[in-house]
Amino acid sequence: MLSAHRTPCTGTPIVIRLNSLVRLMVAVFIAVPALIGQVAHAEYAYTFPKPVTSIAENISTLHSTILIICCVIFVVVFGFMFYAIIVHRKSRGHKAAKFHDNAVLEVLWTIIPFAILVAMAIPSTATLLKMDDTSHADLTVKITGYQWKWKYEFPDQDLSYFSSLATPRAQIENKETKGEHYLLEVDNPLVLPVGKKVRFVLTGNDVIHAWWVPQLGVKKDAIPGFVNESWTRIDVPGTYRGQCAELCGKDHGFMPIVVEAKSPEDFDNWVVAQKDKAKAEAAAASSRNFTKDELMERGKKVYGSVCAACHGPNGEGVATFPKMAGSKTATGPAAAHIKTVLNGRPGTAMQAFGQQMNDLDLAAVITFERNTFGNHTGDIVQPSQVKAARK
Amino acid sequence: MAHAAHHDEHPAGILRWLTSTNHKDIGTMYLVFALIMFFIGGTMALVIRAELWQPGLQIVEPHFFNQMTTMHALVMVFGVVMPAFTGFANWQLPMMIGAPDMALPRMNNWSFWLLPFAFTMLISTLFMQKLGGSPAGGWTLYPPLSTQGGIGTDFAILSIHMMGISSVLGAINVIATVLNMRAPGMTLMKMPLFVWTWLVTAFLLLAVMPVLAGAVTMLLTDRHFGTHFFDGAFGGDPVLFQHVFWFFGHPEVYILILPAFGVASTIIPTFARKPLFGYASMVYAVASIAFLSFIVWAHHMFTVGLPIAGELFFMYATMLIAVPTGVKVFNWIATMWKGSMTFETPMLFAIAFVFLFTIGGLSGLMLSIVPADFQYQDTYFVVAHFHYVLVSGAIFSILGGAYYWLPKWTGHMYNETLGKWHFWLTAIGFNLTFFPQHFLGLAGMPRRIPDYALQFTEFNQWSTVGAFLLGFAQLIFVYIVVKAVNGGKKATDQVWEGAEGLEWTLSSPPPFHSFTVAPKIK
Repeated sequence: MLSAHRTPCTGTPIVIRLNSLVRLMVAVFIAVPALIGQVAHAEYAYTFPKPVTSIAENISTLHSTILIICCVIFVVVFGFMFYAIIVHRKSRGHKAAKFHDNAVLEVLWTIIPFAILVAMAIPSTATLLKMDDTSHADLTVKITGYQWKWKYEFPDQDLSYFSSLATPRAQIENKETKGEHYLLEVDNPLVLPVGKKVRFVLTGNDVIHAWWVPQLGVKKDAIPGFVNESWTRIDVPGTYRGQCAELCGKDHGFMPIVVEAKSPEDFDNWVVAQKDKAKAEAAAASSRNFTKDELMERGKKVYGSVCAACHGPNGEGVATFPKMAGSKTATGPAAAHIKTVLNGRPGTAMQAFGQQMNDLDLAAVITFERNTFGNHTGDIVQPSQVKAARK
Repeated sequence: MAHAAHHDEHPAGILRWLTSTNHKDIGTMYLVFALIMFFIGGTMALVIRAELWQPGLQIVEPHFFNQMTTMHALVMVFGVVMPAFTGFANWQLPMMIGAPDMALPRMNNWSFWLLPFAFTMLISTLFMQKLGGSPAGGWTLYPPLSTQGGIGTDFAILSIHMMGISSVLGAINVIATVLNMRAPGMTLMKMPLFVWTWLVTAFLLLAVMPVLAGAVTMLLTDRHFGTHFFDGAFGGDPVLFQHVFWFFGHPEVYILILPAFGVASTIIPTFARKPLFGYASMVYAVASIAFLSFIVWAHHMFTVGLPIAGELFFMYATMLIAVPTGVKVFNWIATMWKGSMTFETPMLFAIAFVFLFTIGGLSGLMLSIVPADFQYQDTYFVVAHFHYVLVSGAIFSILGGAYYWLPKWTGHMYNETLGKWHFWLTAIGFNLTFFPQHFLGLAGMPRRIPDYALQFTEFNQWSTVGAFLLGFAQLIFVYIVVKAVNGGKKATDQVWEGAEGLEWTLSSPPPFHSFTVAPKIK
């Protein structure tokens, strides 16, 4: 596999023929994964998913190039080591040499790696500078990380909504077969136009989260009290999935991201449709009083997707989070219960849900909590009461 | 009267161990402690890997899973690697420099005994599940998440303070010993490289353990005493914690690896029967790595939103560390080159160390490239990287060093066949566990999650199988050690044909007090 050619004049080995070594490397590092890739494309993933932005392409190229350089260095260096292990061993009768330093060698194997590093640093710097330039955006999206969901706001379009994991609890608990996009599906994806520069401003509501979509090549921490920036320009329409990338508590693994990239016309239509939907919901919420059954049914859904994570699916509490069953708040005066849900409890993980949900959803979940889990207050809370309590 | 005084110095039974001021006994206690903690931390790892066997939540709830990942790291870093290397330092440094003991023997005792109490406090949090259990925000304890934690976080903070004091006092002892108690004729550039690596490590410990203490104290006061260091709403900044923590944290990982470099630099020349190649370069490389370790901390923070100048500086500085590290790898291979090698268990671990640690180093180089790091950060690619440098780096060198010095310490040869079994099962189990994790990270699996999307299943399963193999293989090591302590073929003073250094001039086992008269150095 390895052969050293000697110069005809001095007999010193100067060239190590790498052809067969290169062929072996190609086989191992390229053909084998490619074969595996053909056979099991949907089944197991082993490298970056297909990039759909030029930044993600740049990153992918940088990654592959540096990986190959590292592999080549590794093979060469450990080629020497394994050669020594095989040949320079006592059992083969090899006698130990006495040398123990060589200044020229030390200088060479300091300078050459340094030069390789400089070569790596140049394209890396170029890509990083591109990633840092959020100027001249066509659209701004504000992303807020919550425990444990994302909120997306389009300030220029006056649109905002929450995006939560849509995978049913039953699948997580192994009671139902898992769907194709298990843990990577949400109720309300982030919709973006292709071909436009989108600027992200990111913050956190409670603890540090991180917004990451591999195919876009975007990852940025969402830090409470601070605003981070990033940007993307998606080249290909499609659906792209990511996950929270900063430990944020117990459901860190359960707050995925789904981006739907549409043509600019479809995006505009979507914006209009969302605003109409929001207006209709707000109108419906304040239009009338609701029956207990309507509120309980809606409240049950809201409880399951928003409250159960901390207060337990049966109101029993989880870890340090208090139980709902028989709690002072849920069985005491309704006004106090409403205030707590609206404003949260500062200094704890209990969030100010008044900022996240509309009056109807709030009224429904409070009604539900006051009449379930063994709580029998008989109270019905109407959206108008919630609206009044907001002042 | 002299006889009676001599008896007072040698209490028997439990008092011997509680009150020991002898570097050999204290070294033994550190090592036994580290071994016990290794199994505790290892069990936590197996809980993690068992849950990650397949998608879905089968075994533990997410909050407990987060406690496992947090505690596994705290135990392994502070309870296994650091005490194990301190055990090596205690046993070996005085003998290697021809000193009778450490400079401050009573403080040495206290440095050790702090640890069982610190870890009792930490591990007791596992039994406080009704109060929120152990800390669960990662061993990195980032606020605001760690501000939300229950009383377990406070226990962890106080326990970290005790560990920190232990380390700082140990470091003072090492520096005082090495600088003051070398036998006449042993100049600094004649010291064994292991002594150099521990000297430099001790300075790193002195510099950064107080910084960790500061960071966790600020966390404690934010949690309970009305401060707002890390709360943006009051003018504080969560990222401040990250800067302070990682200013400790990065030198910390070099604290975890420099002694490993020293062990490898001791074992390889012995079994190659050839002097260490480039001794002076190796010393300069250790010093450069230590210096550079102070100016790279923010490479753990590339996604927090640093200014571009910061990202570029930390990228370049981090890439630079590859140079002195590479120099060391080349020197180890040059030591093997044209040697007359045999492959007893210590040498197997040392060779595996060089090979596998370098994989970890190269993935570290990939991580240093900021644009690419945006895809790797907080994924299993990072988990793979640090397990390659910490397990096949630090742990393999600890295991190799243990086999290397066990005959000297116990006076008995360990069972070489069993040692080789332990090595191969460990090496295979280790690679099966962690090599697939590189692919998981590249494919998009975040870290610190108890459940995952379907496309990550196959590599997670390889990893879980590997972990159980790796974990159970360590039982062989315990068996080997216990047997060697209690009997086995008698070891000579020299033990290994190619071993050089003052410790090999002493008997196996060495006398309770060695070098009561300073040896002559050629």
